[in-house]
Amino acid sequence: MAKKTYIEDVDRGVYDIVNEERHVFKTDKGLTEEIIRQISAEKNEPQWMLDHRLKSLAIYHSKPVPTWGADLSELDVENIVHYVKPDAKLSTSWDDVPEDIKMTFERLGIPEAERKSLAGVGAQYDSEVVYHSMREDLVALGVIYTDMDSALKNHEALVKEYFMKLITPKDHKFAALHGAVWSGGSFVYVPKGIHVDFPLQSYFRLNAKGAGQFEHTLIIVEEGASLHFIEGCSAPKYSVQNLHAGAVELYIKDEAKLRYSTIENWSRNMYNLNTKRSIVGKNGKIEWVSGSFGSKVSMLYPMSILKGEGASSEFTGITFAAKGQYLDTGTKVVHLAPNTTSIVNSKSISKDGGHAFYRGLLRVTKDAIHSKATVNCESLMLDSFSRSDTLPTIEIMNNQSDIGHEAKIGRISDETIFYLMSRGIPEAEAKAMIVRGFVEPITKELPLEYAVELNNLISLELEGTIG
Amino acid sequence: MSNKIISINQLTSMVEDKPILKGINLEISAGEIHVIMGPNGAGKSTLANVLMGHPAHKVTGGAVDFMGKDLLSMKVDERAKAGLFMSFQYPQEVPGVTVENFLRTAKKELCGIMPSVTLFQKDLKKHMQQLNMDEKYLTRYLNQGFSGGEKKKNEILQMAVLAPKLAILDETDSGLDIDAIREVYETVQKLASEKNAIIVITHYSKILEYIKPDFVHVLVDGKIVESGDLRLAEKIEESGYDHFKTEAL
Repeated sequence: MAKKTYIEDVDRGVYDIVNEERHVFKTDKGLTEEIIRQISAEKNEPQWMLDHRLKSLAIYHSKPVPTWGADLSELDVENIVHYVKPDAKLSTSWDDVPEDIKMTFERLGIPEAERKSLAGVGAQYDSEVVYHSMREDLVALGVIYTDMDSALKNHEALVKEYFMKLITPKDHKFAALHGAVWSGGSFVYVPKGIHVDFPLQSYFRLNAKGAGQFEHTLIIVEEGASLHFIEGCSAPKYSVQNLHAGAVELYIKDEAKLRYSTIENWSRNMYNLNTKRSIVGKNGKIEWVSGSFGSKVSMLYPMSILKGEGASSEFTGITFAAKGQYLDTGTKVVHLAPNTTSIVNSKSISKDGGHAFYRGLLRVTKDAIHSKATVNCESLMLDSFSRSDTLPTIEIMNNQSDIGHEAKIGRISDETIFYLMSRGIPEAEAKAMIVRGFVEPITKELPLEYAVELNNLISLELEGTIG
Repeated sequence: MSNKIISINQLTSMVEDKPILKGINLEISAGEIHVIMGPNGAGKSTLANVLMGHPAHKVTGGAVDFMGKDLLSMKVDERAKAGLFMSFQYPQEVPGVTVENFLRTAKKELCGIMPSVTLFQKDLKKHMQQLNMDEKYLTRYLNQGFSGGEKKKNEILQMAVLAPKLAILDETDSGLDIDAIREVYETVQKLASEKNAIIVITHYSKILEYIKPDFVHVLVDGKIVESGDLRLAEKIEESGYDHFKTEAL
């Protein structure tokens, strides 16, 4: 245990800060301007980015912790400096990884290389290989795919134009925190008319140094272009730090299309307060495929702003809340222009006292006439002491739109389990089959390896829950 | 080993606090088809469910020997693995699980290994043809959106694929039109062999045109009140169950 104490982590300093500064961090636990300047200096950032960080810090200090949704009272925001340090997982040995997560890795068949990266060995090597092999192919098309820190150096004008313009530090306290301390993440730029015909994955790179907690993903898909991006928080990442406040900004221009898939499966002590947002131009399309597993508390509501006429969004989400988890997830869709369409298909599973809360917003503005929107929420509770709530807020400001909404909450039926067992299927497998069937509409939207992983996760989650 | 499949001895059960089965005795050997008839609420479906191990039914007494094993101490899936099958009166809908995936999984559980895809599909298609089922059912979700008749055919398809030692058909004819009844019971008759046995639960004697039972039993108020051959079924068709009810009292 001693290996993982906060004191030692803090002692190790922020972003390899040199010896003499260590003292500062040890004594001053508040998030200070000094710390922000250090972060920025370490990264050799331009002045405007430092200014952005400092401005965000001021907003962060001025905003209260949100009191709606999840209970964040245990989150020690005053000592936020605990969280603002290099990824502890990199210096953690495989031996320090908790048994349940190790087991998960064994069962999922995560390759040896990735296990090593979790333990902080060989990560960069592996990720570099993946990264370069992809880039060769994409550069020829004029596509930029790099990490955010490099993007800031090599494509400063682009970053400056879009960075935190969609999610501003004023949005909420954790967006402000993100603005102040963000580090790592992915940057993708797809030029006009280019179709990237295979999915880009950030799976490996997210296991790379310093890219885990406050990562910023910025994707710009220019007019008529298309992309499928897969954000790989797909392995249960172990981190002694327990706050994740990333940001994802997606710009989809006229006639462009982006499919953005993620499975987030954080360790069980994590507060996952991620902000994701997209803005879609004329006849453009955003497709979200979102899986939320793990974490202690999640508040995650990917948002689509349909700004151009004929823009559309499709959200497919699955949330799985197990013991001790409160997952407050959903999606927001704002129709700003005529003839815009949106579909929300959200499913949640809760078990072992877990609490899955669907919180969604659908707003169709006065100008967004002839719009179509459908919201479907379905919840499955695996036992009588788990919880599930649905709070879909729907605001329609014109009377020339077509809106549909359906919500279903149910339990696994004993009759169905009996039916499957009567064909020789053991109880645990029968339950897993029902759950896998329930999420099948989501699974089939995922890339194959993620679909397999999702099914494995479900089997893992269900193991031992059968009385 | 004798060719005995099941031996039910003084079986009693209740649901919540209400006794339903009140001492069932029944012996079935390989190669036999038994028909159990009786008025509504007599306990016919209960008998099927108790044998299969439905959790809502509590066995309060008696013993059941199935293929030389103590059936009542086994879990539901173990009973299936031992060779017991029940065609449900109300098959459950399982969204997201295709008929083919379900059948292969069940077959795997029963044989211990995943059946070869080609052989398995060949076998499936043969049975589906017999049942006049379209192959597209294989890719549909289990029972979801199926009509009553489709659900029952799907039950018999499962029986054909899983090849049980003892199949109990719980009112498989209910909700079927006359053509479907013929297709279903002709298939069942074909599946009957010297190695297995079948219990057909029904209150519809018309099915006896398609299936030839060796024994007919009348179940009234939780007890088998009379056993015989086809002539017993004819008697019921003529005069109903009132006669037996009086006897039971």
